[in-house]
Amino acid sequence: MASGSSITRASGQLHRALTEIWRLQPLYVSLYAILLSFIIGGVLISLIGVNPLTAYWALLRGMAGDADRLAGSLARSVPFIGSALALAFAFRAGLFNIGAEGQLLAGGITAAYVGALSWMTNLPGILAIPAILLAGTLGGTIWGGIPGVLRTKTGAHEVISTIMLNSVVLFAARWMVGSRNPVVLRDTDSTVPRTKPISDNAVLPELVDSQPTLHVGLLALVGMCFVVAFVLNRTNFGFEIATVGLNPHAAHYAGINVNRVLVWAMAASGAFAGLAAASEISGTSGHFQPGTFFLMGFDGIAIALLARTKPVAIIAAAVLWGSMLAGAPLMQQEANMSIDVVRIIQALVLLFVAADAIVRYLFRVKDIEQNPFQTSTVGGAI
Amino acid sequence: MGSFWARTPPATARVAPPLLQVDNLTKTFPGVVANQDVNLTLNEGEIHCLLGENGAGKSTLVNMVFGLQQPDAGEIYIRGQRVNFRNSGDAISAGIGMVHQHFQLIPVFSVAENIILGNEITRGTFLDINTARRQISKLAERYGLTVDPDARVGDLSVGEQQRVELVKALFRDADILILDEPTAVLTPGEVDDFFAVVKSLTSQGKSIIFITHKLREVLAVAHRITVLRAGQVVGSTTVKGATQQSLANLMVGRDVVFRVEKTQANPGALALQTQGLRAHDDRGVETVTGLDVEVRAGEIFGIAGVEGNGQRELVETICGMRSASSGTVHALGQNITGWSPRKINRLGVAHIPENRSKHGVVEQYSIANNLVLNRYNHKKFSTRGVRNTAAIQAEAASLVEQFDVRTTGVQAAISTLSGGNQQKVVVARELTGHLQLLVVAQPTRGLDVGSIEFIHRKIIELRDRGVAVLLVSAELDEIISLSDRIGVLYRGRLAATINAADATREELGLLMATGSSSSTDRNQP
Repeated sequence: MASGSSITRASGQLHRALTEIWRLQPLYVSLYAILLSFIIGGVLISLIGVNPLTAYWALLRGMAGDADRLAGSLARSVPFIGSALALAFAFRAGLFNIGAEGQLLAGGITAAYVGALSWMTNLPGILAIPAILLAGTLGGTIWGGIPGVLRTKTGAHEVISTIMLNSVVLFAARWMVGSRNPVVLRDTDSTVPRTKPISDNAVLPELVDSQPTLHVGLLALVGMCFVVAFVLNRTNFGFEIATVGLNPHAAHYAGINVNRVLVWAMAASGAFAGLAAASEISGTSGHFQPGTFFLMGFDGIAIALLARTKPVAIIAAAVLWGSMLAGAPLMQQEANMSIDVVRIIQALVLLFVAADAIVRYLFRVKDIEQNPFQTSTVGGAI
Repeated sequence: MGSFWARTPPATARVAPPLLQVDNLTKTFPGVVANQDVNLTLNEGEIHCLLGENGAGKSTLVNMVFGLQQPDAGEIYIRGQRVNFRNSGDAISAGIGMVHQHFQLIPVFSVAENIILGNEITRGTFLDINTARRQISKLAERYGLTVDPDARVGDLSVGEQQRVELVKALFRDADILILDEPTAVLTPGEVDDFFAVVKSLTSQGKSIIFITHKLREVLAVAHRITVLRAGQVVGSTTVKGATQQSLANLMVGRDVVFRVEKTQANPGALALQTQGLRAHDDRGVETVTGLDVEVRAGEIFGIAGVEGNGQRELVETICGMRSASSGTVHALGQNITGWSPRKINRLGVAHIPENRSKHGVVEQYSIANNLVLNRYNHKKFSTRGVRNTAAIQAEAASLVEQFDVRTTGVQAAISTLSGGNQQKVVVARELTGHLQLLVVAQPTRGLDVGSIEFIHRKIIELRDRGVAVLLVSAELDEIISLSDRIGVLYRGRLAATINAADATREELGLLMATGSSSSTDRNQP
């Protein structure tokens, strides 16, 4: 075990160095989890017989090798910001919303439906774009709000009801988009099941003509992260949410309407997923296909946990996540490594973030809990 | 009684090393010295009382003796042998048992199952519950601890559950029993039974460390007394020559006023009135059963009663946290039945809740956030829904000073405070603002003498300003000394209402236990 202890000693030194250089205390575990996952991923790659440095170099260039790739990576990350926010927001109220997958679908299908309405073509962009974004947000809000209402009215746990609602909306969407008899939302001119293309007026302006297109949705969702940080940390509603999350009995005693807070937290949570879906429809695909959002909601859970549910840290975590996925094809091309390796590394990241005791032991990180509401400035959270 | 006190420790105790010896134990937590050079000696067959205010370090000391915490310096000896407990398992094998204030029992298990849990008697892979049952009965008989091994723990009274805890410790062959505030949850009658058990234990060679706040009890059972203050031993004495006053002064470090100084009440208009009030507890059992109570402005109405007779549900219903199944609540000229807690609070009703950690505070929050827990959305503390952190801080700093909360700063998490200081935060929050009716439940439970004195004074001050006070407390002394009128709650109704000036402990005790003041009713169900 001598080598083991020298490893922990070295990593302990790394930890001390980081403590002094960066003040990232609350995110240590996340940073080390990423580091550790890449190390283990590297071992895996070399076992297959590929030089991990070659593979990672290709991955890195795939992620951010040139301006175009960087823009593509950012574009890929946009919906992840929304789905991670969905988890983070509800999490503050003590709710575990694992229904972002379904809320994305609900938001996406509503946005696509509204975007393709005939009267949209006559609307100027300044009205059409807000309309399509709002429609998607509303779809997500309703789909997120339902488990909130079920929880307060019947006591149904949101983990169960959101999982169930994921399936409900997935199969409903497949039918609506796929069915030719009757035609519900299917674009009958298309050979693949998808909705009619949205009106040109409702397309989000692009920032960079990359692959995929980097559009204004990035700014909207990044802005949303700051808004959420402000709401959670500086407003009365944020205080109510945190109080309900930490001690619902005390919240009730203090006159906070616990049920209302729970429903609103779930609804708002769904709204972020809905917004993300709408911006994806409006900015990237132009129509709705159920497969577009496959696993995005569940990736959002991983991203939110990696960011320790801090809204602003979610931006960084989502960009890392999205660009790893965007960069993987180049790695496959150049190093002949399956893109699944990236998925494995991501799974490891989530594993180490969830089982943070491993990381804390290896890197000797003390267990300081960092809920910003615990000590009151309510503003400590980034 | 006399023969009990005349009993001298066995002669061997003087030559042999003491059963338990604690030598210069020191334990520090970040920023606090919880124990400093603490010494303690426990002889065989002795009851050693550990006295001290909250935060004085009593719990830390016994936690170290029981292996739950490890000392930074100092040694523990058992029968002269140095011991080093890494966990409570080590302490249990060394013959130490601890009965916590909050029982560690599983309600759905039988008495026997609870007792053998973690120490199961087995035959092959099967549980040998019959042998266990026999052993338990034998133990119970030997020490006068009547327990039915087959009863479900959830069905037992608090006093009976405590006996189960004691048998559990004895079942593990404990010679040293640490009892943490054992009488806090008992009725006066149960306390007497409990003392009898304790004496029977010591007469059969068991030794006891007894933690309590109640000076009366110390004088009733202790052989020796050690007083802790701020982590240090400030006095160690035998029971002879000690008085309540001398012990209290030692504990607090200054002269303590025992009698609550108050003038004659000057009752005014009706401030609270319930009529035929009925309410259910969380399990759906009706615990408030048609209750009528009236409290006037400028008086303290005390509600005495054994816990579980509807106190909690009464208070929660008045304050809007629980809905009445029938009947009405009128307060300050309004019919407030069915109002939300916030609306009732805005009307001028303050509520100091019984369960501080569940309702009174958010433990992860700072002192400042806890001080505005129900007022965060007042104009003073927020503008259009955005928090005004500076104003919250300023208010908190001022309240901390006014209510003498001992802390390093208003940003500190409330969980870093002692129980007494946490309670002061709750009191500070509730007594600020325009209140006309104060509903207060168990305001001083588990608090030290100094904090009790302070909180009592505040309550009297309010009464003198014309506030109506409904006081619910399990402490008879508190009820008698604070109240102007006393209602005895028995099975969800007031069994009697008497003037505090005429009340005696005996009468109240009888009323609490039987719902009637004639002693012939005592044995009837």
